[in-house]
Amino acid sequence: MSDVKKFMFVNRKAPYGTIYALESLEVVLITAAFDQDVSLMFTDDGVFQLKKGQQTKGIETKNFSPTYRALEGYDIEKLYVDRESLQERGLTEDDLLVDVTVLSRAEVGALMDEQDVILSF
Amino acid sequence: MKFGIVVNEGPYQHQASDSAYLFAKAAIEAGHEVWRIFFYHDGVNNASKLTEPPQDDRNIVNRWTKLAEEHKVDLVVCVAAALRRGIREENLATGFRISGLGQLVEAGTKCDRLVTFGD
Amino acid sequence: MLHIINRSPLADKALENCLNTATGGDILLIEDAVYAATTGNAFEARLRAAMGKFKINVLRPDLEARGMADRLVDGANPVDYAGFVALAVANKTCQSWL
Repeated sequence: MSDVKKFMFVNRKAPYGTIYALESLEVVLITAAFDQDVSLMFTDDGVFQLKKGQQTKGIETKNFSPTYRALEGYDIEKLYVDRESLQERGLTEDDLLVDVTVLSRAEVGALMDEQDVILSF
Repeated sequence: MKFGIVVNEGPYQHQASDSAYLFAKAAIEAGHEVWRIFFYHDGVNNASKLTEPPQDDRNIVNRWTKLAEEHKVDLVVCVAAALRRGIREENLATGFRISGLGQLVEAGTKCDRLVTFGD
Repeated sequence: MLHIINRSPLADKALENCLNTATGGDILLIEDAVYAATTGNAFEARLRAAMGKFKINVLRPDLEARGMADRLVDGANPVDYAGFVALAVANKTCQSWL
């Protein structure tokens, strides 16, 4: 695909309660495979997607959290987390399973303005 | 202007399908092109020809089919999401086609605007 | 940018997050989000305070469907689906806060 656009995926939902987080990740991988400029934003309950130590055996559901660590292999390196959302949930950067850039809401808003396509599921 | 639309919820359960349809219709009436509508998550259920609403209710599936026929709107159902939910060629309504997520990415790159309807 | 919100602010943080995050521009309230722009709801003051920074648009058919057409707050702009399309055309990007 010749035209490259800036795609941002905004994640506002926690994992497992609904399928959105998992199916969103599938779109992220395909978008990167089409050589688009991809960034991920985690805000509100979406920050829970990145919580370390997810153990899903007891709910008989696939643990897809290791995929976030594999994103680097697909050249997806722009992972952003909203600081306020982390704080509201009693989390710090150390609780997250992958390296992220933590941003203020003003910084998040400015970054959103730079995008061509914003997808949220 | 060229529009792409994403529908993430199933018909009847959530208003998203209705909102998306009314938006698409208004865009066409205003002279714009609705180039593709991509159905994802439970949105794939919009494509089931087995759908049979009560007579006094709107037929959401037929409405999409008519839109595709009259205005050449490309209705694409995500294959992975569809297989998970039992939507296959056998029960696919007229006007829809099953394809990959690349079609969503393409809608993002080719359309002037991409509008998402979901939960 | 056109920010589209579809959840009631009393049930979901989408609108509050949007008001605190977005740099300005158009907001369109659709589906259950239309309750945010009605008089007497607990979020009304917060919405009014944001009116300087954002233009608040409300999808009228959704307001009417919910029996709230006579309770639209002053300063919020009711639009029909044609107006929704016009907002999408006027803004380079549309973000649905799902």
